Amino acid sequence: MIQSLELRNISKRFGAVVANENINLGISSGEILGLLGENGAGKSTLMKILFGIYSPDNGGIFVNGKHIKISSPADSIKIGIGMVHQHFMLVSNHTVAENIALGLSDIPFFFPQAKIRNKINEFNNKYGFDVNPDAYIWQLSAGEQQRVEIIKVLIRGAELLIMDEPTSVLTPSEVSALFNALKKFVSAGGLVAFISHKLDEIMDITDKVVVLRRGRVTGQVDTGDTTKEELARMIFDRDVALSVPFRDSICGSSVLEVVNLNVFGDMGVEACRNLSFSVRENEIFGIAGVAGNGQKELIETITGLREPASGSIFIKGKDITNKSPDIINASGVAHIPEERMKFGVVSSLSVCENAALKDQNTHMRFRGVFIDYGKIKELAERIVKEYSVSAPSVESIMGNLSGGNIQKFITGRELLAEPSLIVAAHPTYGVDVGTTEFIRKKLIEKRDTGSAVLLVSEDLEELFQLCNRIAVMFRGRFMGVIDHQHIDMDKIALWMTGVSGN
Amino acid sequence: MDEKTFLVQQILVRTFAAGTPLLLGTLGEIYSERSGILNLGIEGMMAAGAVAAFATASVTGSPWCGVVAGIVVGGLLALLHAFATVTLKANQIVSGLALTMLGLGISGLWGKRYVGVPLINKILPVRLPVLSNIPILGNAVFNQDLLFYGSVVLGVIMWFILYKTKVGIIIRSVGENPEAADSLGISVWKVRYVCVITGGIFAGMAGSYLSLVYISSWVEGMTGGRGWIVIALTVFSLWNPKRAFLGAYVFGGIYVLQYILQSYGVSPNLLLMLPYIATLAALLAAVKFSKKKRISPPLSLGVPFDRGR
Repeated sequence: MIQSLELRNISKRFGAVVANENINLGISSGEILGLLGENGAGKSTLMKILFGIYSPDNGGIFVNGKHIKISSPADSIKIGIGMVHQHFMLVSNHTVAENIALGLSDIPFFFPQAKIRNKINEFNNKYGFDVNPDAYIWQLSAGEQQRVEIIKVLIRGAELLIMDEPTSVLTPSEVSALFNALKKFVSAGGLVAFISHKLDEIMDITDKVVVLRRGRVTGQVDTGDTTKEELARMIFDRDVALSVPFRDSICGSSVLEVVNLNVFGDMGVEACRNLSFSVRENEIFGIAGVAGNGQKELIETITGLREPASGSIFIKGKDITNKSPDIINASGVAHIPEERMKFGVVSSLSVCENAALKDQNTHMRFRGVFIDYGKIKELAERIVKEYSVSAPSVESIMGNLSGGNIQKFITGRELLAEPSLIVAAHPTYGVDVGTTEFIRKKLIEKRDTGSAVLLVSEDLEELFQLCNRIAVMFRGRFMGVIDHQHIDMDKIALWMTGVSGN
Repeated sequence: MDEKTFLVQQILVRTFAAGTPLLLGTLGEIYSERSGILNLGIEGMMAAGAVAAFATASVTGSPWCGVVAGIVVGGLLALLHAFATVTLKANQIVSGLALTMLGLGISGLWGKRYVGVPLINKILPVRLPVLSNIPILGNAVFNQDLLFYGSVVLGVIMWFILYKTKVGIIIRSVGENPEAADSLGISVWKVRYVCVITGGIFAGMAGSYLSLVYISSWVEGMTGGRGWIVIALTVFSLWNPKRAFLGAYVFGGIYVLQYILQSYGVSPNLLLMLPYIATLAALLAAVKFSKKKRISPPLSLGVPFDRGR
């Protein structure tokens, strides 16, 4: 049994970058420890050291006061440490039972699925889960997948659960179900290390908090003795306005008009069903909902990456249905894509060259034969300056920039083109709080100068802060559209789970 | 027995015989690809296996020693591929193509002195009692050689291992999501080495079958593109040994059809194209079917696994 676990003087460097420096922390049985900090503060590195994925340069891990050597995940699993990764480690084409059986030592060689089924049901009963052992992972929602991950870890006898940003993909009701399960787990003597950058959750679920900034511990308090403001100060080393309040705007004429749109997803299922809506000038129109309810397909259709089955899309009265992304782009549509590394930039090209992407044809000279490097350099420098992208130079390779800087760069490239419609998909997903506020401010700025913004996000706080209107999408339909002044959290939460109600 | 029945029976006997090397090769490639490693070297491993088997059988006088030699040579060549693609993380397509050329080269060089040499001891058919009395099919299926029976049994075992055992879950998971397998303490490289070498062993066995049973002599280039058809059959089988049977015997039939149609005056040059036209058709069918059944290639197929990524 793990009674207590301590990390003493942990340091870890990657080249010249200090990821962790002299970190000390401890958890004991029955406790939930919150690990708080911005992206890049060193939370994940620290937990990867604890889980044996990285080995520390200095310092050691002590279980029940005894020094323990952990050099691989297999070691940490043996000691009773389990990790639920932020990006689920699941085989999506396999069933739940197969995923849980994978690599398990105490199951029969032949027909292992049968025995696993009973064990899964045991955990279902114990923690109030409803995981179906025979379902395929791809059929499950993010919340259900997370429950599979938790069972996977518990079945290996984990007493210490490391949860890396566990709520980022969950609906509000799934979050409370997760918190209940975690509470049950610690009340039976378990330990939890809970990584998050959401202050509300840290206040809600943890017993004590360790705050990291630039790889160092900047605060260590009992959750009961602190406030959100104090924690925020520890994270940023300064007072921060936690959120800019919503500022209303007067909306103009319609820019984007979507009429009776039907779209099929990759698996041939109906992703968007008969959607009709419009986004006006000076308006941010938000689409809330759990990922996988058709938001991605809708955005791909509007930006010309996917063909609709039926229906039409207009930009300022011009029909752009089934037009190529090039034409749609030329009609004044900017796109901040969901997967920034895949669709936003070419990571092996320089910042300069990435700046020219999308309107590459306007940066040509001599009858469009040669690239006008002077021109694209100018543009890149403007993006870097106005969107405070921190890059060594515009000649640097894109892939060497941090995620937040890449996102600021993409935002800059798209918004500087003076678009009439901005399609932004999860624009602040996975970037730190400072960058998040920056990008949100820029979107509001654009709204105020007349752009229409279509914002898809899973972050309700973001939608409440930015949107004039919010639609909630569930299984390809809008469950409802709500004006900012009538925002009702409970209603939205119900809509997100597919309950219409009035 | 009238002449027609006899003819049908002979066609079936040859069909199953022609399908056997395809089945063996496909079974092996399924394992390799299921673990995430594409091996385009089947043609080379088959050819080298064929010459190794024939040479060893000639020298020792025992065809079974020949089969063992074919297996060993196929496995060794696959080991090269595993080293290049798993350990060195080299491009799997390039390494596989190199392996094909290497294997064909070895077989040409080694086989030179065996061209036209007859096989002393052949692997003879073993008639299974009772079962072989089933009309037509009995003689075709239950009056074959031990390697044929072995390939059928192996196919069933390979299917069972892949879908009904702990090891099968591990192999399939490594091919789908090696990061997930690694996070649970499974050695991805070990699984991939074993699977790639298994693929080589089966290709070597397929080659042995060609030189010791199907043709019973060594002819340079006797694999005749079968290694490539195996690659296509792996896709056609949707990486499932059960469907490999279907694909292999249908293609076996197409090889036999070549000879039959020739006697009807169809141009032999046209007929040589038949297996490849059928390959294209099979691939199209596989695409249609896999969409319907939601089956995709192993997701990490062709992608080297790098832990720190």
